[in-house]
Amino acid sequence: MSGAAHAGDAQLFAPLRLEVPAGRWTCLLGPSGVGKSTILRLFAGLGGEVTFDGTFGADDGAGLQGRVALMAQDDLLLPWLSALDNVLIGARLRGDRANRDKAREVLDQVGLTSHATKKPAQLSGGQRQRVALARTLMEDRGIVLLDEPFSALDAKTRSQMQDLATDTLRGRTVLLVTHDPAEAARLGDRIVIMTSDGLHDVPPPPGPAPRGIDDPATLQVQGALLSALRAA
Amino acid sequence: MRRGLTFAAALLLGLAIWQGAIWATGVPRFILPPPTLVAETAWTSRALIAEHALVTFTEVLAGLGLGALLGAATAIGLAQSRLARELAQPILVFSQAVPVFALAPLLTLWFGYGLWSKIVMALLIIYFPVASAFLDALLRTPAGWLDLAQVMGAQKRRILWHIRIPAALPGLGSGLRLAAVYAPIGAIIGEWVGASRGLGYLMLLANGRAKTDLMFAALITLAVFTVLLHYAVNRACQRWLDRP
Repeated sequence: MSGAAHAGDAQLFAPLRLEVPAGRWTCLLGPSGVGKSTILRLFAGLGGEVTFDGTFGADDGAGLQGRVALMAQDDLLLPWLSALDNVLIGARLRGDRANRDKAREVLDQVGLTSHATKKPAQLSGGQRQRVALARTLMEDRGIVLLDEPFSALDAKTRSQMQDLATDTLRGRTVLLVTHDPAEAARLGDRIVIMTSDGLHDVPPPPGPAPRGIDDPATLQVQGALLSALRAA
Repeated sequence: MRRGLTFAAALLLGLAIWQGAIWATGVPRFILPPPTLVAETAWTSRALIAEHALVTFTEVLAGLGLGALLGAATAIGLAQSRLARELAQPILVFSQAVPVFALAPLLTLWFGYGLWSKIVMALLIIYFPVASAFLDALLRTPAGWLDLAQVMGAQKRRILWHIRIPAALPGLGSGLRLAAVYAPIGAIIGEWVGASRGLGYLMLLANGRAKTDLMFAALITLAVFTVLLHYAVNRACQRWLDRP
């Protein structure tokens, strides 16, 4: 995508150009209020009040409509439905047949086999985010948009969710919006810092994601990312 | 156990104040009958009170059911279209500016002396609180759920059915709780204006003949019914509409 966005007269971000390579994880790192989430919402087709001057689309020429799945910081689970029914909500909302077997499989994949019938209130924050991941996997879309999905979790749960997400979303085009340099350094195949002057590429640490939490090269990039954020 | 005790204590306190007021002022029993006399009358006239109570209860329950149904349907209809809301809003505000009490004679003229004029009265009185509480909740679906549904490619009608309505049920519940208290008022007003049966009619009749004890007995029957109705509706809302 390339272009600028504004809501009314207020500019949300200056003209910029962002390319998200297919089949890889792109981490968009930046401080709060810089417009990261706006970019993600534009990709999701949730422009709403935002006016976007510019273009965006996929290399194959087709639109993004119907090819995108979204996972946010809030798990967005419906509290009156069981974990299984929450995973099936996409099919129900589209009027497709609800494939319960596949939903169970996906819950197995995120390690919630024995929690399928529980309501969200009976699950921990990490388990709820796993259900949200299962729901995202169930949608089975080529492009996955992650809007700080792990930032409300404690450090241990967060690192486990990062591992699980990289594992289960392998091969998909992922755009992860985050304000956490450690997360970007661990997960990004490509890391882009967003500040008020625009986007800057930062070379990711070597090795495939998820990188070790104590890997020196990763920690070094994490430090460099934080310095870049503080300098901006 | 503790709740039962405090309830019994409150009841005794109420009766003591009532009886104390009579001893202190020495008012004649046709102005304010003592609790013992009211209890006696309630027992001796139990068949008469039951007969009229049954009529009133039928009116209240029918009015409550129909009003809730109509109010909920209106809310769902209005939630779908901004134009419909803009058109309906002045009408609803105007209808609320008309005192429902003033409509009672008209309703008797339109629907006759029987049950229906009272049912419609109860219906009218609860229609607005149910519709407005439910509509408010329907318009306040958390934005995140709607965004997610949009990204999933949801159909509008299915969003309503799978997300907006279930999310708004607690709002419907608060409307119904109010309705349970209002509905008996509607039925009684209807009976005052024109009826030959029902607790409201019995109260007017007893009052006119200075049978204040009978009037009190009917009044207490109505109050107990209203409290029980509110309790039942509250329990039902907790069971089915409120979120865990």
